[in-house]
Amino acid sequence: MATAEAAAYRPARRTASERIVGFIRKSPVHLALLLVAFVWLVPTVGLLVTSFREPADITGSSWWSSLLDWRYSLNNYDVVLDRGNMGESFVNSLIITIPATILPLTIAALAAYAFSWINFPMRDTLFLIFVALMIVPIQMALVPLLRLFRDFGIANGFGGIWLAHTAFGLPLGIFLLRNFFITLPRDLIEAARVDGASNLKIFMRVVIPLSVPALASYAIFQFLWVWNDLLMALVFVQDSDKWPMTIRVNQLQSEFGITWHLLSSGAFLLMAVPLIVFFALQRYFVQGLLAGSVK
Amino acid sequence: MQGLLFIAPAVLFLGLLLIYPLVYTIVLSFADTNAKLEIVDWVGFENYTNLFTNDKEFLDLDSFPPTGAFVNNLKWVVLYTSLSLALGLLIAVLAARVRYEAFLKAIVFIPMAISATAVAIIWKFVYDPDPDIGSLNALITLFGGEAQAWYGREDLVNYALIWAYIWASTGFAMVVLSAALKGISEEVIEAARTDGASEWDIFRRIQLPLLSLPIAVVTVWLLINVIKVFDIIYVLTGGGPGGASEVIAFSMYDETFTNGEAGYGATVAVVMLLLIIPIMAFNIRRFRSERVTQ
Repeated sequence: MATAEAAAYRPARRTASERIVGFIRKSPVHLALLLVAFVWLVPTVGLLVTSFREPADITGSSWWSSLLDWRYSLNNYDVVLDRGNMGESFVNSLIITIPATILPLTIAALAAYAFSWINFPMRDTLFLIFVALMIVPIQMALVPLLRLFRDFGIANGFGGIWLAHTAFGLPLGIFLLRNFFITLPRDLIEAARVDGASNLKIFMRVVIPLSVPALASYAIFQFLWVWNDLLMALVFVQDSDKWPMTIRVNQLQSEFGITWHLLSSGAFLLMAVPLIVFFALQRYFVQGLLAGSVK
Repeated sequence: MQGLLFIAPAVLFLGLLLIYPLVYTIVLSFADTNAKLEIVDWVGFENYTNLFTNDKEFLDLDSFPPTGAFVNNLKWVVLYTSLSLALGLLIAVLAARVRYEAFLKAIVFIPMAISATAVAIIWKFVYDPDPDIGSLNALITLFGGEAQAWYGREDLVNYALIWAYIWASTGFAMVVLSAALKGISEEVIEAARTDGASEWDIFRRIQLPLLSLPIAVVTVWLLINVIKVFDIIYVLTGGGPGGASEVIAFSMYDETFTNGEAGYGATVAVVMLLLIIPIMAFNIRRFRSERVTQ
């Protein structure tokens, strides 16, 4: 119905001259948007082009002049993977990020199910407290967590950062998933109950299969959050063999100075995974970000 | 009772790894600590009074204009929040009028996907003082201006950083506001147009009032984000030159992990929390009202 109405308001097909007139009338808009595209593309493209240039070329001539003189190679990526330890830290980033996504996803889904479909005392109060925890800055927990992890002997491995990311990812996950779970049809859940299904069975067989979009949105949001994190990694990953890519890229500056052939290729290796996620899963990704806008 | 089993893991994680540290940090802020982050003495509110009266790196009211991490963060709050919002709104409104809307929005949104670390490297390259390397100085020298050390000068560094972060966050404001704009009925706008309303009138009298809630949502997100800003500064300038680009979250990290003053660092963290609490109160009111409508 809505589309039919919208179609009725769409102007009739225009002639070529009308289109040209329309385009010129809108030219200030096009100019402004051209400027926007320029400002948002040039910085990234400049660094990308630089990452394919020889070190001597980078200091010898500008990146935009190289667009007329194609001499690109993947050498910088070879060097940064090898000498800059980016290969090792790519694996570390994966080792950190995957459990730090699955763990909060599982725990948040369980809690969100209880908050939506099981009655228990203080349910709404507890839910409000959990949601309020969403905006506690990580800085409020760094030192106590570090001491706790040292006491448990996990400050040198990946254990600490997994646990810390899980705790700080939970409030958002519980909030998002609960808001989705309560929209599921009540009849469906009640019918399963009448058939004698346990809560665990309803959760696994009814709620989870119906909630894939919400679970995917949260998983993507949490994955990118952890992958892109620098601060928590700086504090909780003390062993340099276990550093994720964010720390490594920053470390390139202190180790080699501002060397653009290493920094540019290192930064693009760091960006590769988020960009792939962005282009492959754009819909879930935008949904996750919008839903996570409260974090 | 089964409900308790389902929430038990969450309660355990949040209790031990979030609420307990939160309380512990508040306690730490009233203490003096040693290099092992252990409490050695209770000092009452001394850390707080020192922070706001004796710490020139955090707040220096004697110089004019005032300087320090706290003042820098105020600049961030004002400029970052207002400009990200305004640019996001402008791009959303303009892009809705052209055919390449989806493409343009994707370009502006991409920086949201990448880390602040990568954004810092991208803009450090743009700001490079050598006009044969840095795009910004190339553009300025092209028009006869003089190349500047954008992140090497105390008077420019904060603005250079703030702009880089606006660049990274505008996409968020744009996407939220664009989605809200799409929700406004075409009929209303067409009717106004037929009645002779100008495009500005339509924006000012129809679209803007209907956008007040999404604008509030975006503002809250930007405010929380800007009070916690850290990564981009750590990578682009390291707080320099001479501490000129430090902000509150940077002081917290610096005092705690560089200077080994965990109690003092905890005080800075508590100040961050106190700045965020009013925003949280607003957010919770919003959740409550949403629940009523469900």
